[in-house]
Amino acid sequence: MNLSSFKHLFLIVVFLCIVSFGFGQETNEENKPESNKNQKCLTCHGNHTFKYMNEDYGIEIKEKMYGDRLIDTIAFSQSNHGMFKCTDCHSPEYEAFPHAGNLRMELMYACIDCHGGDPEYAKFHFDEIEEAFYESMHYNRAPDAFNCWSCHDPHSYKTQASTGGKISETVKYDNNICLKCHADVSQFELLTERENINILKTHDWLPNQELHFRSVRCIECHTQLNDSLLISHVIMPKENAIRECTKCHSENSHLMASLYKYKSMESRKSNGFINAVIINESYVIGANRNQYLNLLSVIIFGLVLSGIFIHALFRIFKRK
Amino acid sequence: MASEKLYLYPIWIRIWHWLNAVLFITLLVTGISMQYSNPENPLLVSFELSVELHNLCGILISLNYLLFIFGNLFTSNGKQYKMKTKGLLNRIFTQSIYYLFGMFKKQDSPYPISLENKFNPMQRFIYSTAMYVGFPIIIASGTAMLFPEIIIPQIFGFSGLLVTAILHAVIGFVLSLFLFIHLYVCTIGSSISSNFKSMITGWH
Repeated sequence: MNLSSFKHLFLIVVFLCIVSFGFGQETNEENKPESNKNQKCLTCHGNHTFKYMNEDYGIEIKEKMYGDRLIDTIAFSQSNHGMFKCTDCHSPEYEAFPHAGNLRMELMYACIDCHGGDPEYAKFHFDEIEEAFYESMHYNRAPDAFNCWSCHDPHSYKTQASTGGKISETVKYDNNICLKCHADVSQFELLTERENINILKTHDWLPNQELHFRSVRCIECHTQLNDSLLISHVIMPKENAIRECTKCHSENSHLMASLYKYKSMESRKSNGFINAVIINESYVIGANRNQYLNLLSVIIFGLVLSGIFIHALFRIFKRK
Repeated sequence: MASEKLYLYPIWIRIWHWLNAVLFITLLVTGISMQYSNPENPLLVSFELSVELHNLCGILISLNYLLFIFGNLFTSNGKQYKMKTKGLLNRIFTQSIYYLFGMFKKQDSPYPISLENKFNPMQRFIYSTAMYVGFPIIIASGTAMLFPEIIIPQIFGFSGLLVTAILHAVIGFVLSLFLFIHLYVCTIGSSISSNFKSMITGWH
């Protein structure tokens, strides 16, 4: 290759680099993730501290972000609402800083405000969830204070039960929603005058308490089953909570209509184990029975008893 | 055949045996009640009571098993569970033939009871297997079920809890078969109740 050809080739490569860089810039701008559109808000609300300039005195102030106004940016981006701009739900006036005091009075949207009557979200049954919510003791005890967001943090909520993931993760995720208030007095007292919450003590009747807490969701016993909803939203008063072990520990296990509902809808029963979907991840005494082992045990037991009976008959016969 | 009385069952064996019997039967009934729990079946013990009784009796029978192990370690009773493998099958076969045919022909037992041989070869084999194989497995799996957090989550791709529970139920079933056969064979004595009385008085 002579020098002239090399120069031409070099210029072509440089040109292509410049052009592709330019296109790249343009493409990045076009495909900018929605979450980046929240960069301005999250600069403060995504960090434990934030800075602002005190124009009057010309000094920069650094302050701690109030916990309830702090957004977990990763959880938000992974949540069901992670694609939204902050101002889709909050007033656009929040874009000005310092935020106007009256903005604190803005009413928050409820789920139904966006999802109600929308055929695209019909599969989530938001309208029925709303009806169930109005029946729940949560709403009836504190109708003004309790709303969707009391349990489902809009900045981190993501559907769990219907994703087909591990049951143990669903249990942990869903129970943490309850424990956010029921294991934290400061949260609990926002909604009730009751004091001294101690779920370990109130559940001390439960055998293998730790295993139950780890394997079963609070809502299995504390909600009223609903055929059309994957997760019932009728939270019952504690007096109505299930305390009968056999509700779950039996062939017609309650868990098949609640915790394992999604999986059981996919495969209700197999020929081997009754309620087989449970044993893929756990084992519930009384709910899992192997039909082959049952049959085999009946046959063996029958043969042994028959042998004993025949032998005894011979003894009686020969004695005479 | 010697007709003099033999003192076969010292007090510690009788205490261990009857405790074992009561606890085992309770465990059997409560175990079935849990496995086949159904609030509408009046023959079964309620699930709640079954769980409590099964846990309590499981712990007690394990402690009682220690009495059996230490008793056999420090007394001559341990020898009753030892057997020579050479000719074992033949001896068991001979005893089986006696149970199936010989006893109906009023033949003498091929292995008469003595202080050195409380058990015939078949009993020796079955009792040893039940006490030194069956019991350790059912106690270990039962302990694991009592403390499920110690169970390995997955065993060969199956839930560890499931494998442990099935093992526990299968061994429990086999031991319950042993119980029924044991009870029946105990009626084969000089009278139907003589062997039961022996386990009360100690004298055979």
